[in-house]
Amino acid sequence: MARNLTALRSQIESVLARRIPAPFMPCNFKAVETVSAGIPATDGLTGGLPRGGITEICGPSCSGRTSLLMAALASRTAEAEACAFIDGRDAFDPYSAEATGVELNQLLWVRCRNIDQALRAADLVLHGGGFGLVALDLGDIPAEVVRYVPLNVWFRFRRAVEHTPTIFLVIEQEPHAKTCASLVLRMETGAAHWLKTTPDGQEVIRHPHACLFAGSLLRAEVLRNRVQPVSRACFDRGSPSVTLESKYRPTGRG
Amino acid sequence: MAFVSIFVPNFMVQAVVRSEPGLRDRALALVDGTSSIQTVIGLNEAASKAGVKLAMTKSQAQQFGEIEVRHRARTQEKIAYAALLDLGWSVSPRVEDTAADTIVLDLAGLAGLFGSEESIAGKLAEGATRLGFTTQIATASNLDAAILASRAFAGITVIPAGKESILIGKVPASALSPSMEVRETLERWGVHTCAALAALPVLQLSERLGQEGVRLHEWARARSTRAMVLAQPAIYFEEAMELEHAVAEIEPLSFLLGRLLGQLCARLAKRSLAAGVIRVRFELEPSLEVDIPLINDDPHYYRPVPSIYERTFCLAVPMGDSTKLLKLLILHLQADAPPAPVLKIILAAEAARPRVSQGGLFCPISPDPEKVELTLARLAKLVGAANIGSPELLDTHRPEGFRMLRFVPNRDSVDTRRPVRRSSSGKEAAMTEKVEISTEKDCKTAFRVFRPALAARVEVRQGCPARVAFPGVRGRVVAASGPWRGSGDWWSEDAWQTEEWDIEIHFDAPSPSRLPEQIENTGVKAGPQRGVYRLFYDLTRQEWFVRGAYD
Repeated sequence: MARNLTALRSQIESVLARRIPAPFMPCNFKAVETVSAGIPATDGLTGGLPRGGITEICGPSCSGRTSLLMAALASRTAEAEACAFIDGRDAFDPYSAEATGVELNQLLWVRCRNIDQALRAADLVLHGGGFGLVALDLGDIPAEVVRYVPLNVWFRFRRAVEHTPTIFLVIEQEPHAKTCASLVLRMETGAAHWLKTTPDGQEVIRHPHACLFAGSLLRAEVLRNRVQPVSRACFDRGSPSVTLESKYRPTGRG
Repeated sequence: MAFVSIFVPNFMVQAVVRSEPGLRDRALALVDGTSSIQTVIGLNEAASKAGVKLAMTKSQAQQFGEIEVRHRARTQEKIAYAALLDLGWSVSPRVEDTAADTIVLDLAGLAGLFGSEESIAGKLAEGATRLGFTTQIATASNLDAAILASRAFAGITVIPAGKESILIGKVPASALSPSMEVRETLERWGVHTCAALAALPVLQLSERLGQEGVRLHEWARARSTRAMVLAQPAIYFEEAMELEHAVAEIEPLSFLLGRLLGQLCARLAKRSLAAGVIRVRFELEPSLEVDIPLINDDPHYYRPVPSIYERTFCLAVPMGDSTKLLKLLILHLQADAPPAPVLKIILAAEAARPRVSQGGLFCPISPDPEKVELTLARLAKLVGAANIGSPELLDTHRPEGFRMLRFVPNRDSVDTRRPVRRSSSGKEAAMTEKVEISTEKDCKTAFRVFRPALAARVEVRQGCPARVAFPGVRGRVVAASGPWRGSGDWWSEDAWQTEEWDIEIHFDAPSPSRLPEQIENTGVKAGPQRGVYRLFYDLTRQEWFVRGAYD
């Protein structure tokens, strides 16, 4: 019986091959468009940020989540796309954002006081539509609190962004969107890099604590990627992860 | 050359009915005068049929059964007349505001655009109906003939060129609005129509009636020649409504606002304009509100509520859709409601050219500006208007030196508001010299701010932070860079002076999460083993704080 079915299926496929390449695939399947996250290493790892889907960047504090988000915002605003940043705990630093290349006049910053406001604001912005990237920053909100967000909220977000060109990017300490997320990245802290000498070996400043913060090593690991299979070339010792070097550039703040 | 005259019969009554459409099918009498002697100055056909007559007192008029009695509304008359002028400007740029109930349009050169005089008159009548007027319209090659015909004949009257005197001849002589003395004289002579007046010899008429007689004779012959006195188009549109009973709730207010906005947008659309700025002014019911006693111990201390509520809404893009404007207004009013019930509504719009744009295949992704306005209003209601916008950096080294600007998505350019930065501080200069500039391939380290800055306990050894503890974090400083000194605004009261450090902390294991509420919620929880933070010593307050984290 099974053999007959297989034979029948292959016969139908061969007959329809010229007109319909894959007759037994869902007809509404559509390749998901991805765009650069602004960092070639993560682009190589993930295939880019998916439009019309939820991307989660999770990790503890100081793990490079914000750096990744800023790179994505810089990349999108450089293309003159309007972006929105829903700030769950008012942690956005405009100086740092500008130093990373974000065009501030293309960015809508919503400063929220709690997770409830942040979720409702994200819902409003997503349903308003037209933004290239909408970032929801829940990075400073305890994972235990975010865990209480019902799953239907994430489904609602997914429904709001699918079939739109919007990238919905969420920063949090742990992944919570479950199956609603198209891409989940976990960030880990590496060693900080302190500059004590110039490239030609001279001391920076003659002072007992003379050193300059120059950046840190970060590790990005893909936990879920429903958009594109991860390239084997990007695997680091068998795991879909990549090590990034984050460089600090002073912002000229006070 | 042709002219069209639009006459609104019973204008005072129509102005009131326009603001209260419910009165259209009811008997209505308008009264005016002092509070002791109020007499009927206008009435509609239903009231006339019921037996009400002009100059009756208010109490006499009220005896005729179901008669609606309203006071004369001069504001409504002014607004209705402005709407009538807008109707004129929607067709011709040359409009004369002839009288309080009449306007005249010059139709020269408009045939190619709108067709024949008859079709233009039809279009005007249709437009007037949409504005809530019942009009009498006449076209003629003579300006005064057009005015006379519009006042004398109902509906649309088209007078062919050269036939003015025949048609005007049928008009009663009283339609020329002679003085009382001249009118009595003409009646004594048996002159009842313009034709009879035009037949009189002008010289003898001049001897008996003076210059007024000559002027009336010219009008009756439809031979007068005069230049139009053009009215200046207004760019400020206003609609108002006085309420019999004060409205305290937003929902019933939204119905009234919707009606006024509909009228306002219809007027703007007539002139091919949109609203750039909307001004709302409410006259509030006098009332008192309880206040905290500051001087005496009387717990029932009242102070008067302001009698006027006024707000101005500058729209990012000119809008002409009354539904969207109503939603915006309601959202703003819900966030900032008037403190007392509303007695009078005045809605004004500053006109602007409507946005004309065509989407392109290769345009960057950008939200529809009108939808953005609505989204921003909803967000403002949720988080407060001060908490949304796009940040603009200020030319200062003070921490948090930025301000929030209105978010306006820009499809064309991406770099319009970059500030001019001052020369670098010591730390920046050092970094610029010693650190290679990041290339596009680099991931640039971003910074997260703690607002407000977290108070920290710092153990200093040899002038350098050695151990740090602040809510959620406690650990050993393994690397530190500083102090980077900054100060400013020493000439003002909010002077600031800080010493900043970039510090790398190795947390005492297990490390709790960062914020105090996290500790409350979760207890001690494994966090990152290390982190880089920005610490500063406030020299004014002599205290340590953590400004944020490098993330």
